Amino acid sequence: MATLRDILRRINSVKSTRQITKAMKMVAAAQLRKAQLQAEQSRPYAEKMSDMLGHLSAVATDKLSHPYFEKREVEKQTLVVMTSDRGLCGAFNSNLIRNAEHWLKERDPEKVELVCVGRRGYQYFKKREWKIVEAYIEFNAEMKFDMVRGMVNQLTTRFVTGQTDEIYLLYAKFFTTAKNVPTFEKYLNIDKPESHGDGETVGAYIFEPTPDDIFSALLPRYALIRLQSALADSFASEHATRMMAMTLATNNAGEMIDSLTLQYNKARQASITTEILEVVSGAEALRG
Amino acid sequence: MYRLSIVTPEKVVYEEDVASIIAPGTVGYLGILSNHAPIITSLKPGVLNIKDNAGSEINFAISGGFLENSSNICTILADSAEFANEIDLERARESLARAKQRLQNAAGEIDTGRAEAAFERAKNRVTLAKKD
Repeated sequence: MATLRDILRRINSVKSTRQITKAMKMVAAAQLRKAQLQAEQSRPYAEKMSDMLGHLSAVATDKLSHPYFEKREVEKQTLVVMTSDRGLCGAFNSNLIRNAEHWLKERDPEKVELVCVGRRGYQYFKKREWKIVEAYIEFNAEMKFDMVRGMVNQLTTRFVTGQTDEIYLLYAKFFTTAKNVPTFEKYLNIDKPESHGDGETVGAYIFEPTPDDIFSALLPRYALIRLQSALADSFASEHATRMMAMTLATNNAGEMIDSLTLQYNKARQASITTEILEVVSGAEALRG
Repeated sequence: MYRLSIVTPEKVVYEEDVASIIAPGTVGYLGILSNHAPIITSLKPGVLNIKDNAGSEINFAISGGFLENSSNICTILADSAEFANEIDLERARESLARAKQRLQNAAGEIDTGRAEAAFERAKNRVTLAKKD
C-alpha cells in the first residue's frame, strides 16, 4: 500500500496539473470567443458575394471566361489540410488526418500533393512521405490577413499555371462549441455558380463597367474570402475542441483528487488505528 | 426609402433603411434613390455618402468593392469601410505621406499597383476626415 507521503505527493501533482488545464481552458475560451465572432461575421460577406456571382453569371452566361473557372481533365489534385499548430485539443487533428488519409489512399500517390496548414498535419504527412508542396505553420490559430493573401496567391498560381488541376480544402467546419465536422470543399476550379432569380429581373441588370470587368475584379476576392472563412472556421473549431478537452481534463483531475483524498484519509485513519493499538497493547504489557 | 447594407470581410458595418446614397463607382460617382433599376457595379476608393430617412448625412470611406441594387435592396461589398468620425486624421496623414514616398522612390521593386491603391485609399481618408 502506498505510504501517506506518496499519496500526498500525487495529490499535489494532480492539483498543479488541474491548475494548468484550467488556465488553458480559460485561454481557449477567450480565443474561441474571438475566433467565433470572426467566423460568424465574415459569413455575410461570403454569402452576399456568391449571390452576386449568381446574378452575374445568369446574365453573362457562356461568354464568361476566367482562369479560375477552367475545368480541365483531372490529372493532378491538391488537398489543403487545415490542422492545428499545437496539440492538447482532443481528437481535432486525428479526425482531420484520418479524413485526409482516406482521401489520399483513394488516389494515386504520384498525382496528389498536399498543402499543410498547421504543424501537426505537416509533421504527420511528412513522416509518411506524402508530397507536401507548401506548409503554413505560423498561424497559431489566429487570422493573419497577410498570410491568407499569400496563401491565396500561391494556390491560385499553382492552379492557373497548370501545376495542379483541382484544389480541395479539408477543414473542421464550425457548428457549435461541441460540434465541428471535417469538411471537404472544392476550392478551384470554381464551378460556375447556379443562376438564381428569374430571368426577367436579372435581364434588366445594368452593369458598370461590363460584366467581364466586374467578374475579373470579383473572383480574386471570392477566392480570398472562401479561404479566409474556411480558416476562420478551422480556428474556431480548434479553440472549441481545445476548450472542451481542457474542461474534461480539469474535471477528471478533480475526480482524481477526490479519490486520492479518500485514499489518503483512509490510510491516515489506518495508521492512527495502528498507533493506538500499539500504545494500548504497550500499556497492557506494562501493567501485565 | 430602401434597405442598404454595407458588408466587409470583417463584419456587417451598416444595415439601415436609407433615403439615398452617392457611391464611388469605377466609372464615376453614382446616386441611388428608391426604385433604382437593378444594377451591379464595381467601386473605387472614395467617399460613400448616405442620406438616411431623417435627412441627416453619413459618410463612409470605402476602399473599393462592389455594389448591387435590386428591388430596393442595396448591398455594398466593400474591402473596407470606415465611418468618417472614426478616422484618425493624424494617422491618415501619416499613411498618405508614406504612400507618397513609396511611389516616388519606386524603382520597379515594389508592386506599383498596390502602392497606388494604398495612395488612393490614404488620400480618400484624409479628404473625408478633413471634411467633417
